[in-house]
Amino acid sequence: MSAAHPTIPISPAGGKSAAFEYLTTKKDELCGWARKFSLFPYPFVTACCAMEFMSVSSTPYDTDRFGAALPRFSPRQSDLLMVVGTVTHKQAPILLKVYEQMCEPKWVMAFGVCATSGGFYQNYAALAGIDRVIPVDVYIPGCPPRPETVIDGIMQLQDKIARQKHIILTKDF
Amino acid sequence: MATPIFESIQSQLGSLATASSVSHGTLVVEIAPAAISGLVQTLKSACKFDMLLDVTAIDWPGRQPRFDVVWHFYSTTHRVRARVKARVPESDPVVDSLTQHYGSAAFQERECHEMYGIRFNGNADLRPLLLYEGFVGYPLRKDYPKLGEQPLVPYREGFDIADRAGV
Amino acid sequence: MDMKIPNPVRPAFTIPQRDDTVIVNIGPSHPATHGTIQIIAELDGEKILRTDVHCGYLHRGFEKECEDHTWHNLIPYVDRLNYCSALINDFAYCDAVEQMMGVEITPRTKYLRTLLAEYSRLADHLTCIAATLMELGAMTAFLYLVMIRDYIYEHIADLTGARVTYSFGRIGGLARDLPDGWLKRLEQILTQYEEFIGRVHGLVDRNRIFIDRTRDVGVLTTADAIHWGYTGPILRSTGAARDLRKDTPYLAYAELDFEVPVGIKGDNYDRYYVRMREMDESVHMIRQLIDMLPAGPINVDDRRCTLPPKPLVYGEIESLINHFKLIMDGPRVPAGEIYVAHEGANGELGFFLVSDGSGTPYKVHVRSPSFVHMGGAHKMLDGYQLADLIPTFGSINMIGGECDR
Repeated sequence: MSAAHPTIPISPAGGKSAAFEYLTTKKDELCGWARKFSLFPYPFVTACCAMEFMSVSSTPYDTDRFGAALPRFSPRQSDLLMVVGTVTHKQAPILLKVYEQMCEPKWVMAFGVCATSGGFYQNYAALAGIDRVIPVDVYIPGCPPRPETVIDGIMQLQDKIARQKHIILTKDF
Repeated sequence: MATPIFESIQSQLGSLATASSVSHGTLVVEIAPAAISGLVQTLKSACKFDMLLDVTAIDWPGRQPRFDVVWHFYSTTHRVRARVKARVPESDPVVDSLTQHYGSAAFQERECHEMYGIRFNGNADLRPLLLYEGFVGYPLRKDYPKLGEQPLVPYREGFDIADRAGV
Repeated sequence: MDMKIPNPVRPAFTIPQRDDTVIVNIGPSHPATHGTIQIIAELDGEKILRTDVHCGYLHRGFEKECEDHTWHNLIPYVDRLNYCSALINDFAYCDAVEQMMGVEITPRTKYLRTLLAEYSRLADHLTCIAATLMELGAMTAFLYLVMIRDYIYEHIADLTGARVTYSFGRIGGLARDLPDGWLKRLEQILTQYEEFIGRVHGLVDRNRIFIDRTRDVGVLTTADAIHWGYTGPILRSTGAARDLRKDTPYLAYAELDFEVPVGIKGDNYDRYYVRMREMDESVHMIRQLIDMLPAGPINVDDRRCTLPPKPLVYGEIESLINHFKLIMDGPRVPAGEIYVAHEGANGELGFFLVSDGSGTPYKVHVRSPSFVHMGGAHKMLDGYQLADLIPTFGSINMIGGECDR
C-alpha cells in the first residue's frame, strides 16, 4: 500500500472482539493467498535485464508456475510493477506516471541492480535507484540477476503479500 | 595496404586539407572549420565516401581552440575510412551541418550538440536527443561533473541529491 | 499526487496537419516495442503520415563513465552496449585498444574470439527474431528460439561465469580458457538449434499471415540505406552485399568460408530472412572454427597489458609492481586516436578511442549502429499502417543500450 493513499479501515465500535479478529485474520489470509497467486505484472522493461526477464517468463524457468505469467500492459489492469533495467532521469517521469496510474493494491519490484541502486552507472544520467521516486516492495540484485534469483524475489514478494493486511472496506469505499 | 587509394584521395583533396596523414589504417585529414562543406562535396562525389559514420567532438580544455570536431566517413566502394578533424574555439563553436549531404548526420549532430555544445549551421533540429528538456549544461565537456544530476522528478522523503556527492 | 509530471521531450509537431488526423504517442513504455523508445506519430486513420522518434530514455552516460575508469575497468560498461551480443562489444573494444598499443593477440585467442563473436551474434539474432515473431502472434516460434538462446546462455555461463553480460574480453586476450567438454556441448547445442530452426522455418516462412504482414512493409532502398547510414543486416536486406567481415576482414574471418546473405526488397520479410540465413552462416563458421582452434596460451605475454602469473606476483618485486600498476593505473596506451569497427549483430560497431598516454582513456566514443538506424527509422515507418510499426521496429533490432549508450 502506498503512503500517498492511506486507507482507513473500519473497526467495530467499542474495541475489537476476538471473533472479529479471527475472521479478519482469516480474511486477510484468503485475500493474501488469492492475490499472491494471481499477480499481473506490468513489465516496465528498459535495459539488459530484459534478457533475463524474457528467460524467466519462458521455459525452463517459467513464471506461469507462480501465477505471474500474464503481463498486463495497461497500468490500470496490473498490480505488480516490475521495473526491469536502468531508469534514467529522462525515464523517471514516465515511471512515476505509470506507477500513479496503477490501482490499489499494487506492488513494485526493482529487478536488477540498476533499478535497486543505479548499479554501476553513478553519473548525471542514471537515477540511483527507483526508490527515490516510487516505493519499492522487493529488490532483486544482480546484473542481470539469474532467473533463479528472480524467482526467489517473486517468492519473497508472495510471502510479503501473504503476510500483509488486505483492507477491503475503507472509509473512502 | 590501402595506401595507393589514400594517396589518390589526398591528391584529390589537395589544398582543402591543412594536413593529412594515415593512422592505424585510417586517412586523417585536418581542415579549417569553414572548409567542411567543400571538403565533403569532394569526398562524396570524387572520392566515393558515400557513408557518414559518425560525428563527435573532443574537448581539450587546456588548449585554444578548445574543441576538435571529428567526422568519420566510409567508402563502400573503396572500403576505406577517413577521419576529418576541425578545431573550433569555445567562444564560437560553429561548423556547417552535413544534413543535406548525409541523412545520418541529423541524429549525430543533435547528440554532438547536446553533449559538447557545438552548433551546426543548417541543422534546424538541434533538440535534446539523449538528454531531456530542461537539462542545463553540456555533460561531456571536461568541466561538467560526472555526478551533476538534474532530476526531473523530485525525490521522495529521505533522499537528498547532495547524498551522492561522495560516490 | 498534485504535482505535474514534466514531459522530458519536446515533440517536433504538436498540431495535426489536417482536421481529420490524430497525433498519438507510442512508448516509451510499450508492450510491443522492444526497447525504450518513444515514437510520436501523426495518423490518418490507421496510416502513419509522419513520425518523430525520440530515443535517449536509456542514456546511461557511458562516455562520461569511461573517462573515470581505466582502460581495463570499463570492459563491463562496454558489455552493456549491445547487451544481446555482449561478446562482440568486448572484442571490438579490446581490438581497438590492442591496435593502439601495438599488441598482437595469440593465435588461439584470435580463433576463439571469432568463435565467440559468432556465437554471440547467434544469440542476438535469436532474440531479435523471437521478439519480432512474438509481436506478430507466433508465440510458439518465440518459445523455441528463446529455449535455444537459454541453452546458449547457460553454455556461455560455463565459460565466462555470466549469462547475459560477460566482461570476458581482456586487453591482450581473454579472461580464461575453455573448460573441458565445452566444445562437445557446443556441438550438441548447434544440432538442437538446427532442429528448432527447421521447425520455425516450417511455421513461419510460407505462412500467409506472416507474409501479408511483412512483405512490402517497411521497404528501404539501398540508396536510402546508405544515405541514412544503415549497415549490417538492414543494409544487406536491401540487396547490398556489404559486410565488414568480408570487406575489411579482422580476427580470423579472412580464413573462413562463409556467404553474405542479401535480400531483394529491403522489407521486413527480407530482414527476417537475412537474419535467419546469417544465423545458419554463423553456425557454419563456428563449426569450421572448432576444427581450426589451435592450442596455446590465451593471453599475450606482454607486461604492458597482461597481468603477470600469480606465483611471480607473490615471488618477485617487479611482477608485484607490474600487477599493482596495471590494476591501479591501468595499462598505458600511447597518446593518439583510433577508430576500429567490427561487424556487430546490427551493423558497424565502431570504437573511437582517444588516449592522452595514461592508463585512463581521454575519450571512448561508440559509433553505435542502433543509434544511426533510429535516425533513419522514419523512412521505414512513414506511409505504412500503425500496426506495421511493430514488426518494422522489431526488425530494425534497436537495442537500447547501444542506441542511447
